[in-house]
Amino acid sequence: MANPLRKHKDRWFGALAIVLALALWECYAALVVKNSFLLPAPLDVTSAFLELLQKGILLQDFQVSMIHFAIGLGLALVVGIPVGIAIGWNRKINAFLDPLIELLRPIPPLAWIPFAIIWFGLTTISAGFVIFVGAVFPILINTYTGFRSVPRVFVEAGKMLGCTKNRDLIRYIAFPSALPSVVSGIRVATGVAWMCLVAAELFGVSNSGLGKNLWFYYNLHRMDCVVVYMILLGLIGLVIDMVFRYIIDRYFLKWQTGEVA
Amino acid sequence: MGKLQIHDLSQSFTRDDGSELTVLDHLNIEVQDKEFVCILGSSGCGKTTLLRLIAGLDTARSGTILLDGEEMKGPSSKVGFVFQEYSLFPWRSVIDNVVFGLEMKGIGKDERYRIAERYLELVNLTQFRANYPAELSGGMRQRVAVARALALDPVLLLMDEPFGALDAQTRNMLQIELLEIWEKTKKTIIFITHSVDEAVFLSDRIIVLTPRPGCLCHIVPINLPRPRDRTSTEFAQVRRHVLDLINQKCSIQ
Ligand SMILES: Nc1ncnc2c1ncn2[C@@H]1O[C@H](COP(=O)(O)OP(=O)(O)OP(=O)(O)O)[C@@H](O)[C@H]1O
Ligand SMILES: [Mg+2]
Repeated sequence: MANPLRKHKDRWFGALAIVLALALWECYAALVVKNSFLLPAPLDVTSAFLELLQKGILLQDFQVSMIHFAIGLGLALVVGIPVGIAIGWNRKINAFLDPLIELLRPIPPLAWIPFAIIWFGLTTISAGFVIFVGAVFPILINTYTGFRSVPRVFVEAGKMLGCTKNRDLIRYIAFPSALPSVVSGIRVATGVAWMCLVAAELFGVSNSGLGKNLWFYYNLHRMDCVVVYMILLGLIGLVIDMVFRYIIDRYFLKWQTGEVA
Repeated sequence: MGKLQIHDLSQSFTRDDGSELTVLDHLNIEVQDKEFVCILGSSGCGKTTLLRLIAGLDTARSGTILLDGEEMKGPSSKVGFVFQEYSLFPWRSVIDNVVFGLEMKGIGKDERYRIAERYLELVNLTQFRANYPAELSGGMRQRVAVARALALDPVLLLMDEPFGALDAQTRNMLQIELLEIWEKTKKTIIFITHSVDEAVFLSDRIIVLTPRPGCLCHIVPINLPRPRDRTSTEFAQVRRHVLDLINQKCSIQ
């Protein structure tokens, strides 16, 4: 297996690829394209970044976008997990809600944008709503699957040990057993939410934010600024995903070895 | 106390095509307090079905099950169960598995960990208290499952082929350990097995079930003194006797 030293070396090797790509990009933009509208060079982008940072726009956009993201994901958690538990645990509720969920699920979240604007106006709620629609289904479906696949023997072992009420069985047996599935659902949801965030802001569902200003600077033909926003969106998405990977490794791997992988 | 009386117990399942599958047919068994009974029978004869009924995990079609004169309705903390398959909660460490039943009972934190440590010591796994089940061998997992079931101090311990998935050597070791635990805690134990050898080694009495529908075929008291020696001639004689009974009387006519 890979030893830590080797892993370290691999990382440097990977960083080299990024540096090479940057250099290639710089050369190509400065020597071949020679048009910072068609392809802004990394140096242009860096100065655009500093300019935007100085204006204080970036920080504000970041804050607004994170609020949108938090509203959308928070709402998706508050709705997705309880509904997922209900349909995963209770056959009757599942039979009742399943057709409705299956009808709503294939509607792309962005198709809700017109109604988001009509219902909530150009507000943070409106952007949050579009993100919610994108994030809720992965959470709901994974919670449901997690609960469906709780081994019967765990539930029965719980019953033999005095855990007999439905509420306790869900809390002490089914939920912990389903948790890895729930968390991986949330991880997928954050990815979807991030995409919906850009689209929602871009289509004007809100009047500031990273996606919104990406579009704003496109209209000003400031493509160097557009690239700044692209990179920021990518990096923030990466950080969010890394946080999740850390949580999964830290809390679930130790009891899951042998079951997955 | 832990006296179990089973009267006229029948169980059947409805198959997908609508026909009835009779698994247990008017079974009568009585198990004395502090007795170690093995139930022997071929695969599919209804051993697990019987044990689940005693545990209150399923409801019988007819018949009664009395524990110390009281009818069993649903799972009770007076009855402990060790499952045929691995049943430890993988998200809880070894000690937290053993503590589970006490936690459900609402016993205070210090107290319940103190009790759990004692039972972990009983199965000689104290040094693995902080490990997760995925990090244990099959035999260790079943020992933790035994400790977990015992922690609630049940009067009756039901064991469904707990050592069935283990190699012969581990199995022999755990049998000796189980007998020691039984001597110390003096529970009534009903132990299911396929293995005649295991049944003769462990039990005061062997109950042999017929192939489906399972009904009582024979009761064999084992009067060998403990500790028993598997290689002795007396042991071999008893084993042969039980095997003969299974072959002659209990096979399908
Ligand atoms: N819930 C159920 N629904 C339908 N049939 C069942 C059900 N549970 C058990 N059976 C059937 O009852 C019969 C007895 O099953 P049981 O699990 O009690 O056997 P067993 O003696 O424990 O076998 P083994 O030694 O292989 O564990 C089997 O034929 C099985 O298919
Ligand atoms: Mg069985």
